[in-house]
Amino acid sequence: MENVEKRNQLWAFIVTGAMILISLIYYSANIYYIYLVVYIWFGFAYGMMLQYGRFCMASASRDLFAAGVPRMAVGVLIALIFFSIVGVFLAATNMSTFHAGPLGTHELLGGIIFGVGMVLAGGCASGSLYKIGEGNGTSILSIMGISFGQAIFVDIGGVFNGLLPQSWIDNAQAKAAAISWLPADKLTSWFDHYFVGYIFDKPQVILSDTAAFAGTGGVMKYFLANSLINTILPTILVIFAIYYFFMRKGHLKRTKKALKKAGKEEKTGLGDELTGVWNMITASQRTTLMGVLIGITAGIHILAMKGMQLRFGVSNFGELLTRMGHVGDLSSKGTVFDPGYWYITTQEAQFAGWIMEKVGWNVTDDVFFGVMNGLPELWRNPALWMSLGIIFGAMVMSLLNKEFKWKLPKGELIVWGLGGGLLMGIGARVALGCNIGAFFIRVAGGDPGGWLFGIGMVIGGYGGVKFFNWWTERKMAKEMEAF
Amino acid sequence: MAMKFEKKEDGKYMLDVCGYVCPHPQIYTKKSLEKIEEGDILELVFDNPSSGETIIQMIDQGGHELLEKKEEGGKLIYIIEKG
Repeated sequence: MENVEKRNQLWAFIVTGAMILISLIYYSANIYYIYLVVYIWFGFAYGMMLQYGRFCMASASRDLFAAGVPRMAVGVLIALIFFSIVGVFLAATNMSTFHAGPLGTHELLGGIIFGVGMVLAGGCASGSLYKIGEGNGTSILSIMGISFGQAIFVDIGGVFNGLLPQSWIDNAQAKAAAISWLPADKLTSWFDHYFVGYIFDKPQVILSDTAAFAGTGGVMKYFLANSLINTILPTILVIFAIYYFFMRKGHLKRTKKALKKAGKEEKTGLGDELTGVWNMITASQRTTLMGVLIGITAGIHILAMKGMQLRFGVSNFGELLTRMGHVGDLSSKGTVFDPGYWYITTQEAQFAGWIMEKVGWNVTDDVFFGVMNGLPELWRNPALWMSLGIIFGAMVMSLLNKEFKWKLPKGELIVWGLGGGLLMGIGARVALGCNIGAFFIRVAGGDPGGWLFGIGMVIGGYGGVKFFNWWTERKMAKEMEAF
Repeated sequence: MAMKFEKKEDGKYMLDVCGYVCPHPQIYTKKSLEKIEEGDILELVFDNPSSGETIIQMIDQGGHELLEKKEEGGKLIYIIEKG
């Protein structure tokens, strides 16, 4: 046992040392790569915290519906509150890189598809990454499903374009003719027409920028609009709803039992209800604590990226790649995908797109890669390094806690992993983001559309749980004699 | 790969879900606890640490008791008494 512990510690040091070495190599190659190194280490920190807190948004709805366990739903909600509070100060000091997403029902629909996928796959976009770090082979398949699912989904055209309303196609072509940075020859796939012809016209709303808060000044505007109204109040409402529907009955039963045992009157009041809510929040201390830390870290990450941008006088890593002469990495706008905060799915689409490009599939002839996000070499993709950082951070934490174990995907898990990943990829493109980019970041940033994706994820998660309940009952009855 | 649910003796059952990842260990545990009688013992064997936190809370909220929690050769073993 001691040998295992020592071997794990050794591997944890090796992985951490490799990350430090990679960082030093980038730094010595060019000072501009510090921008990329910052992404690596925030990813590393996210990975450690996600693994320690078993922080996976798939389990937020799944464990609630499947097992009546609210620990992850509570953890996510706590993280949202803390992230939104840090975000207030960033927005008030003009140090935020946050931008809202297009607001519309596509966020709800994308959330539903993503929600089903994450339950089937056994992890959300960020959860699947940290689970790879634990040696979970099914999660590797999930991430492959997300990556290739997105890359194929955004690039296919032909007959699929015929499925779109003609008005979207006409609108997209009119925009391509009118917008200088949108070359008409890049308007090829069905996603291009959906994105340009439908999504482009959707409003992008940050609550603090709306007319309702025009008269409110300073920090108070961002606190009231983005944090209190868009994040904290809905979050508290959801916490109480979870308590009411999932925990209250059991808590009051236990309380009355304890009162009876103590020879007291079996009467409960508001104090008992609040105790129940508090017990629910603190039931899984490691998840709740990581929720607090992840929320704060996500805020500091935005500050660090904005600081880098100010330091180098840029607003996108593509400008630094241009200075270094790597113009082949860039989109036609001269940019690469550089969210400026915690994000998961787009860089994974770029990973798959890069492989597809290498084997002869031209993926840069579309808007997603060709105009919006670029297709940098993998080793110069800043957001992809953040994803790798999550994997290696989680690996170090799981090694130190003796929890790392290679588990190759077998049997049905291959189907669930790939299929669930594929659905997550499609859902993420429909909604333009995943559980992090379309929900977590947007809600805390004051974008009400984030809640639409969140509601969709819960609905999809419920559907996925219903399916798995049926599947499990059927399998147990069929295969297990003791049943 | 197959999970095993066996009756070891009267009132004692064993569920082995090694190799399974989220959400399967927690769902199989819940289903197994639903099937056995109050006071019966379930020995749960799994190797997916991410499922552990949820299973512990599920045991607590279900009024069951976690009698023992150990780790053997990369496997986690929870001895649960149904409440």
